[in-house]
Amino acid sequence: MYDAVPASPASATVSATPGATEDARWRVIARTAFPFVVVGGAWEIVAHLGIFPPRLFPPLEAVGSAFMRLTIAGILPHHALDTLVRLLAGFTLAAFAGVAIGIAMGRSRRAEDIFLPLVSIGAPIPGIAYAPLFLLWFGLGNFSTVLLVGFVSAFPIIFNTWTGVKAVKEIWVRSAQAMGADQRRLFVKVILPGALPYILTGLRLGLAQAWRILVGVEMLAAVPWGLGWLIFGAREFLNTDVMLAGIAVIAVIGLALEKLVFQRLEQFTVVRWGMMT
Amino acid sequence: MTASSERAHTILRGTLTLLAAAAIYEGFARSGIFPAVLLPTLPTVARTLAAVLADGSMLMHAFYTLQRVLIGCGLAVLIGLPLGILMARFRPVENFVLPLASALMPIPSLAWVPVFILWFGLGGTVTILIVFYAALFPMLLNTWSGVRSVNPLWLRAASAMGADEHALFWKVIIPGASPFIITGLRQAFLRSWIAVVGAEMLAASDWGLGWVIFDAKEFLNADVMLAALVVIGAIGFAFERLVFGSLERATVLRWGMVRAAKS
Repeated sequence: MYDAVPASPASATVSATPGATEDARWRVIARTAFPFVVVGGAWEIVAHLGIFPPRLFPPLEAVGSAFMRLTIAGILPHHALDTLVRLLAGFTLAAFAGVAIGIAMGRSRRAEDIFLPLVSIGAPIPGIAYAPLFLLWFGLGNFSTVLLVGFVSAFPIIFNTWTGVKAVKEIWVRSAQAMGADQRRLFVKVILPGALPYILTGLRLGLAQAWRILVGVEMLAAVPWGLGWLIFGAREFLNTDVMLAGIAVIAVIGLALEKLVFQRLEQFTVVRWGMMT
Repeated sequence: MTASSERAHTILRGTLTLLAAAAIYEGFARSGIFPAVLLPTLPTVARTLAAVLADGSMLMHAFYTLQRVLIGCGLAVLIGLPLGILMARFRPVENFVLPLASALMPIPSLAWVPVFILWFGLGGTVTILIVFYAALFPMLLNTWSGVRSVNPLWLRAASAMGADEHALFWKVIIPGASPFIITGLRQAFLRSWIAVVGAEMLAASDWGLGWVIFDAKEFLNADVMLAALVVIGAIGFAFERLVFGSLERATVLRWGMVRAAKS
């Protein structure tokens, strides 16, 4: 959405000379870093003033050293990897089931009648509310976590795929049929590309949903490894520095998902199909 | 086939589907394959729901949860809305807030629960703060892009017709940004509705719908869990349809910012 905003005139004019671009880049970096420096400085001052116990409000260097210690010991990467694997497993489950159900709902009246009431009833309940029920039914641990993440992120995928397939223009379908396309070709060449922008939006929303819920579910499900569990477990020992290091890793993963996956997906659709305006 | 009979047909088929799903569930529950405590029959769930509604305990839980959502969301609007407008109108504010917001936004609000528990103790405060965190960013960023997307032509036209800053703000910028702001409110509410349930489960606090569900797990009361899920779903649905629907009708639709056919 924000991509449509034209580049600022400043960056367009300074690109004339290479030295100026270098300058401009540094200025952008400095401008982005500035608020973090301010907030970090304020944090340091408060932490060193000793108003709050340092166990609860550790200075940044303590968080940094906890981060280094846990990374070198391989504990933090292990936690992060397990979280990512769970995210991927749950999301893959949701992507296949969601797209399949969504396409079925869009193409067949009967499937729509069957699934739409069920999906509409399940959707307004926040996914994490199902967590205790899933834990009760499927036990603590990985299986429940992955299943719940998949279940939760399936809803936006189903809805968007369904809308996308319905939004494929009837005239495209009919003209393809008139030109002799069989069912398979119709599906691969017309319906799928036509619905793809919506499907990708659904996948994006589903992944974001999965990410938001996963950390919380890890805390509840007592999985052996995982960033959510790391943070929640550190609470018992008042290891606020470990918690904040864990949150930093969560932020990095979230940011990477945003930049590498979501924005790529969006550009991919906009550029290749020109379907979105 | 006319449109209304088509509609009636859809409703009929939807009801049939749900009845069939309920019958399948009931069959499983009665078959005895699974323990009855884990898979209670529907009449049991209905009885439990009626009982907890009648003795007022579920209403009390719902009241606490709603209170937390409204306070947290209210705070998010109180801070996010003006800050979003400032960001869109003043470059330095944008330069300062935007990097922080984009760094904090990808952190799921529930990740902060353990930290907030240490800082503020178990209870309602943690939940309210988590709701605030969850609701702030959708509010902030939607307001920001809403104000930025106000057509510059409208601003110039209003200025040319002699509108002062005050009139410009209330008559052009706010209505112009309103579709985004309302989307922001909607997203903020949805996110905080998720956050409140999760936070209540983790920061156990005696009252609240999330706490009821989590507490019921300890005693294997699957019927209480399902009853609470029904209540949570009903409140979420009611908010989406009634509150935001009427809000939209009172503002954006009346101002002609979006067409009624949209939803």
